[in-house]
Amino acid sequence: MIAFILRRLAQAVLVMLTVAFIAFAMFNFVGDPINNMVGQDTSLQDREALRQSLGLNDPLVLRFGRFVANAAQGEFGVSFRLAEPVSRLILNALPATMELAIVAALLAVIFGVMLGVYTGLYPNRWLSRFFLTISLIGVSLPTFLIGILLILVFAVLLGLLPSFGRGEVVRIGWWSTGFLTWSGIKALILPSITLGLFQMTLIMRLVRSEMLEVMRTDYIKFARARGLTNRAINFGHALKNTLVPVITITGLQLGAIIAFAIITETVFQWPGMGLLFIQSVQFADIPVMAAYLILVAVIFVVINLIVDLLYFAVDPRLRIDGGRSGH
Amino acid sequence: MRFKSMLKASALALAFAVPVTLAGMAEAKTFRFANDGDLGSMDPYYRNETFSLTVLNNVYEGLFRRKPDLTIEASLAESWSQPNPTTWRFNLRKGVKFHDGTPFTADDVVFSINRAATSPSNMVGYFASFKEVKKVDDYTVDYITKFPDPLIPDNLAYIFMMSKSWAEKHNAQKSTDLTKPTEENYATRNTNGTGPFILKSREPNSRTTFSRNANWWDKTAKTNVTEVNFSVVSNAATRTAALLSGEVDMVYTVPPQDVERISRNPGTKILQTAETRVVYLGFDQSRDELLESSVKGKNPFKDARVREAFYRAIDIEAIKSRVMRGQSAPTALMVAPGVRGYSKTLDVRPKHDVALAKKLLADAGYPNGFEVGLDCPNDRYVNDEAICQAVTAMLARAGVKVNLNAQTRTKYFAKILGPGYTTSFFMLGWAPATVDSHNVFLNLIQTRSAEKKTGTFNVGGYSNPKFDELADKIAQETDDAKRSAMIAEATRIYVDDFAYIPLHAQALIWAVRDNIEIAQYADNEMPWRHIVVK
Repeated sequence: MIAFILRRLAQAVLVMLTVAFIAFAMFNFVGDPINNMVGQDTSLQDREALRQSLGLNDPLVLRFGRFVANAAQGEFGVSFRLAEPVSRLILNALPATMELAIVAALLAVIFGVMLGVYTGLYPNRWLSRFFLTISLIGVSLPTFLIGILLILVFAVLLGLLPSFGRGEVVRIGWWSTGFLTWSGIKALILPSITLGLFQMTLIMRLVRSEMLEVMRTDYIKFARARGLTNRAINFGHALKNTLVPVITITGLQLGAIIAFAIITETVFQWPGMGLLFIQSVQFADIPVMAAYLILVAVIFVVINLIVDLLYFAVDPRLRIDGGRSGH
Repeated sequence: MRFKSMLKASALALAFAVPVTLAGMAEAKTFRFANDGDLGSMDPYYRNETFSLTVLNNVYEGLFRRKPDLTIEASLAESWSQPNPTTWRFNLRKGVKFHDGTPFTADDVVFSINRAATSPSNMVGYFASFKEVKKVDDYTVDYITKFPDPLIPDNLAYIFMMSKSWAEKHNAQKSTDLTKPTEENYATRNTNGTGPFILKSREPNSRTTFSRNANWWDKTAKTNVTEVNFSVVSNAATRTAALLSGEVDMVYTVPPQDVERISRNPGTKILQTAETRVVYLGFDQSRDELLESSVKGKNPFKDARVREAFYRAIDIEAIKSRVMRGQSAPTALMVAPGVRGYSKTLDVRPKHDVALAKKLLADAGYPNGFEVGLDCPNDRYVNDEAICQAVTAMLARAGVKVNLNAQTRTKYFAKILGPGYTTSFFMLGWAPATVDSHNVFLNLIQTRSAEKKTGTFNVGGYSNPKFDELADKIAQETDDAKRSAMIAEATRIYVDDFAYIPLHAQALIWAVRDNIEIAQYADNEMPWRHIVVK
């Protein structure tokens, strides 16, 4: 078990180094940040001096080595665009992204499972068909379009909810939360629906097909023969057995929600890490981009590790063969 | 009796108290605006960029400021004189206090100018003629130049005054230095100016708020705004939605596709004026062979007939009506109306004439046209890529095959700017920071020279000794009439040479809610002292 975790951690370091290297190779193609940093009248000499002093003229390998050496000491440099330390920018943006991701994931799981069970149990009811049609929209419409539509309806036409931002936030230590104010909660509604809709429809369809499958099995027939109540059969026996793949998918999707909140955050001007990343790309703000990509790699590695450990807990067979296969 | 007088007294007190509270309530006005990008930093010398500076100009002030017609007026310098051609004497306004309560004096001016004029400040470009600055007494400062420079007040309008004691206390004597990544400058997040608004809170990338400075010296300002909230909303559609839903009162960068929607919507309106930025096309006229062309062994753009042919092949009215949806002012000059030295009589474009363009090309030895690459940004100017596509199609009619390379500005500027200038045919825009023609001459039209620091952004390498000589004289001429005559003469030279193809001054567009009264500056400045919320 310990050996497994250690092996996994060693792999994680390798993954992060690879991500960092690929990121650095890509930075050669994002363009030159200098012209964004200086004013129109700045002389070419001054531009060149700045480029030189920021080390942008150095070869890729040297810049990469310097970045890794600094990052190992927790030092990610200063944003070209905002002149603030990158670590602080990311720490300030982290709570916004995490709160949005958690609410979106909760919405996705709760509604996904509920609707999935309903449509699985009563596949022929018109309400089920209605939910399935709606879920098609969630799967097929791009996130930014859903976000814009929600803004158009709830902010512009009805004037009920804010179209952008996080509302009032309350600071608890370095963490800023929007859960404690009314405007913060109102601001969460549209972005979390936008972000969670795709995952919700995914979970709903997964639960539905698993339910349809399970309801045909012998032990459900046996349960009915024993005269158990519908409620006990549906939730105690059927749903429980559908949840194993659902947990796996949800865990993996959580990483995706955090990492790919970029579009939702851009549409709603949600001051999280994804928005920070997009703005940095437009500016060619290399220190911020590098730190963000590393962080996303860390998040994925950690989530995968947790999922693997959960398999240990759930599946006894893995414990016997020494965990040679980590999914 | 006693009771009665008490009653009287309280009635009197009430009578006074009520109007006071009512007035107090009526004055609490918040102005909320949104832009697609954030301020670079709160340090006024960190980035020489219009948006950052115009926002900071409400917290910090310069010695001079601009009126809505862009002429200079007194700000922290109450009056100024020129005892000799290389000395400017500024008489400072008395009784002005910084937000932390310390008085504003000559020491602060000397400190601020030196801080702005030395690297790593981003404002060093405004100090080409700067020699030294001397304190005469507490409220008098002498600014000495290396050579006679008529544009000192224009150059100093964006140099904001910081408090010397405050900067020293917080170790912010130097401007933010990006090369020392571990040191964050105190002035990046904190301010201490003399201006009408005080920085209240700042969350980079998201929201910055300001409150009114009750002790501001200028009591004539008509603004009734007590709070300003600035939000960054980078997504174009969301920004428009925020305005339409009333969450913001004003949008600074308006998405071109939403202009019509906003003007049709009851409750919001579009403000429009010609910007001082001119968008133009330029040719590589310096290389002996173009980098991206089918013509080998010679450079067709060295021939003025080819440049004229390109000029005449472009139908600027079509670009205005189709591409810009009417939101542009076509021009024949490299400066827009409102900039000193702009001349209405010279602003006449050669007629659009495809047949003549073809003939000129044939005369120059290209009866079948040729092929050339066009470099263009796609996220810098209004409809930049669409303009280049239109130009490509128009030149095709004259027989020239243009290969358009439109890319994001970070890539684009790296390609076309010096020292490489690796382009054959390009689009660029320029707004003179000093609102004076000479800035354009110096940067865009004079011959490229590293030692003279001229022609830095003369990407095409146009060179005319007669023009250079005139421009050098204009730089030092302090007599207004003579200077204007020389500017007109120089203008004629580059126009007759077809040095560039000026396209248009793009329209400067702001969107506001109907209850907002605001002064729109042609150089995109937005001083809040003019804003009234009704």
